[in-house]
Amino acid sequence: MAKGSGKKGSAMRGIGPFGRPSRVIPKESLRNLLEVLRLRGYTLIGPTVRDQAIVYDEISSPQELPIGWTDRQGPGTYRLERREDDAFFGFVVGPQSWKKFFFPPAQRLFQISRDGKEIHTTPDPVQTRKRALIGVRPCELRALAIQDRVFTGGAYVDGSYRRLREDVFILAVNCGEPAATCFCASLDTGPQVTDGFDLAITEVIEGTRHEFIVHVGSELGARVLEAVPSREATDADSATEREIVQRATRRMSRALERSQLKELLYRNYESPRWDQVAARCLSCANCTMVCPTCFCSTVEDVTDLSGDHAERRRLWDSCFTMDFSYIVGGSVRASTRARYRHWLTHKLATWQDQFGVIGCVGCGRCITWCPVGIDLTEEVAALRGRESPDGGSGAIQENHHDRTES
Amino acid sequence: MPGKRRPKLAVWKFASCDGCQLSLLDCEDELLDVAGALDIAYFPEATRSVQPGPYDLSLVEGSITTPHDAERIHQIRRDSRQLISIGACATAGGIQALRNFKDVREFTRIVYASPQYIETLRRSTPIAEHVRVDFELRGCPIAKHQLIEVISAFLNGRKPNVPTYSVCQECKRQGVVCVMVAHGTPCLGPVTQAGCGALCPSYHRGCYACFGPKETPNIPALSQWRRERLGASDLEILRSLRTFNAAAAEFERESIRHEHQNHPG
Ligand code: SF4
Ligand code: SF4
Ligand code: SF4
Ligand code: SF4
Repeated sequence: MAKGSGKKGSAMRGIGPFGRPSRVIPKESLRNLLEVLRLRGYTLIGPTVRDQAIVYDEISSPQELPIGWTDRQGPGTYRLERREDDAFFGFVVGPQSWKKFFFPPAQRLFQISRDGKEIHTTPDPVQTRKRALIGVRPCELRALAIQDRVFTGGAYVDGSYRRLREDVFILAVNCGEPAATCFCASLDTGPQVTDGFDLAITEVIEGTRHEFIVHVGSELGARVLEAVPSREATDADSATEREIVQRATRRMSRALERSQLKELLYRNYESPRWDQVAARCLSCANCTMVCPTCFCSTVEDVTDLSGDHAERRRLWDSCFTMDFSYIVGGSVRASTRARYRHWLTHKLATWQDQFGVIGCVGCGRCITWCPVGIDLTEEVAALRGRESPDGGSGAIQENHHDRTES
Repeated sequence: MPGKRRPKLAVWKFASCDGCQLSLLDCEDELLDVAGALDIAYFPEATRSVQPGPYDLSLVEGSITTPHDAERIHQIRRDSRQLISIGACATAGGIQALRNFKDVREFTRIVYASPQYIETLRRSTPIAEHVRVDFELRGCPIAKHQLIEVISAFLNGRKPNVPTYSVCQECKRQGVVCVMVAHGTPCLGPVTQAGCGALCPSYHRGCYACFGPKETPNIPALSQWRRERLGASDLEILRSLRTFNAAAAEFERESIRHEHQNHPG
């Protein structure tokens, strides 16, 4: 199985990172490819339209992909719209991330029962099955690599995560059109995949042409592709692909300036900017729930009425709650100012001390799904702006409404 | 708990619709367990047999709206080892607290033929405004699973797992698509306490704030977004806050602000 290493591989030049030449399949063959995966025992999980958004769920054929749909995103707003073509992957990322499949939002860990003087503990088995993730974006591959590191990389390995992450086939997709909230290019996490996949595709739609350029990222990926008729990619195909990915980079309207990020945040603990963002922030936790790298959870111990049965549950938690920092005497981060500052500082600064990388892959979810459109790239720019000689007037808009897409 | 005296439970009613008490009767699967674990000593809605106090656990539904009730709650407190108020009426004054924003005597004059016989207080108030309350269980009506959780916690001497964070967190855990971001539907979830399991958003409706304000709610910021981005008027914002939890402090403050903006001067 391909696992993201978090390292950058070689750029794609007709040759996949796995050292095999890229190939081309017609759009009809996507069905065959998914069928091969199914015959190999994989449950297919991919993007699909539900409740006017694109979510990740079980699918049985390419027909269930969001064919001909695109997502229009801005701070605090998301709308599905019809495309002019029938692209399979003509959208970017939705409200959910793949993390829900490996780090479930709610999970019972074990049950305890009392029988006279005896206590029995029954751990809940982790239900695993072979899963093929269809349509993983470059930023999402990087997020998976980050969560792999968090849950399995250190001295303490999360057994449940590790089990759920086994037997996963990854079909990645390069991005041709970013959302207005994307900023992966500035973080080098997209719009093109580098490693951590079994197969990676680029969708090409030009006039009557509708094909996929396919890159092989693992031995397993190679075997799956062999079962589907394909032709070798030409130099012209590679040029087309380069142009698609470069266009995505050019169209990216947001950026997060990476230089000295850690130092910037550590210097700015007392910036008045935190008060400004706290005046807008609802401390609702949406940003952390949708973030593909946020990993915090809480455990609850519950007894039944008789007191003879108890269980422990693990739930997604967020540093935006009061309970999160509750210790004897109260919550350490009682103000929203302290909580927003903690979230941004963890994502971009302390994360580096913990894991050697920043905790953001530029997917833009926290911007889109914040009910009041708070934008971390704008917050970072504002912190920088305050430090610049002209006090940040000019490029930095203190008023968030000026930057919002309509 | 074999061999042990079962704790005595009492269920009291003040100004309310009975919906929260009925939640207890509605706990089909657990009701027998509740009856097994607790001695139901006073629960007129369920049984006519009445045992005298003191009671180990009192569940109190409803708000205080009459001078008589304002007296009665003190006796109940004296008779109860632990007192838990249940539902929006008991924890915030309920829908009947809309009177707090007007002159209730005007209402009684309009509604009753002989208003001189009506003895009512100017404000509908939560139980905690009158006596010490050990725990407040929110909701209109309360959630059954939370009621069972609170009773279990009481019986086992532990803290109940009743989170005070936002409804949004429940939405996201359940994979509900945000109705505000994806559909432009106004939703009070970001300022409302969890507990319902994100019921309305999972049916594509905005949250009505049945569970009252969440911990540290920032209602002005949500109002501003609704006005500027979702085109809501002051009146719409005001009305959305004047429901079952209208008199919860943070909702009250914000709705009054919009009242003044709606009718300046
Ligand atoms: S912080 Fe925001 S943009 Fe960065 S990875 Fe998380 S959700 Fe995506
Ligand atoms: S930002 Fe908050 S929720 Fe996310 S990983 Fe850090 S502490 Fe946890
Ligand atoms: S930044 Fe936005 S999504 Fe995050 S807690 Fe604040 S209001 Fe909610
Ligand atoms: S639907 Fe409402 S409660 Fe749910 S995430 Fe959106 S704003 Fe929050």
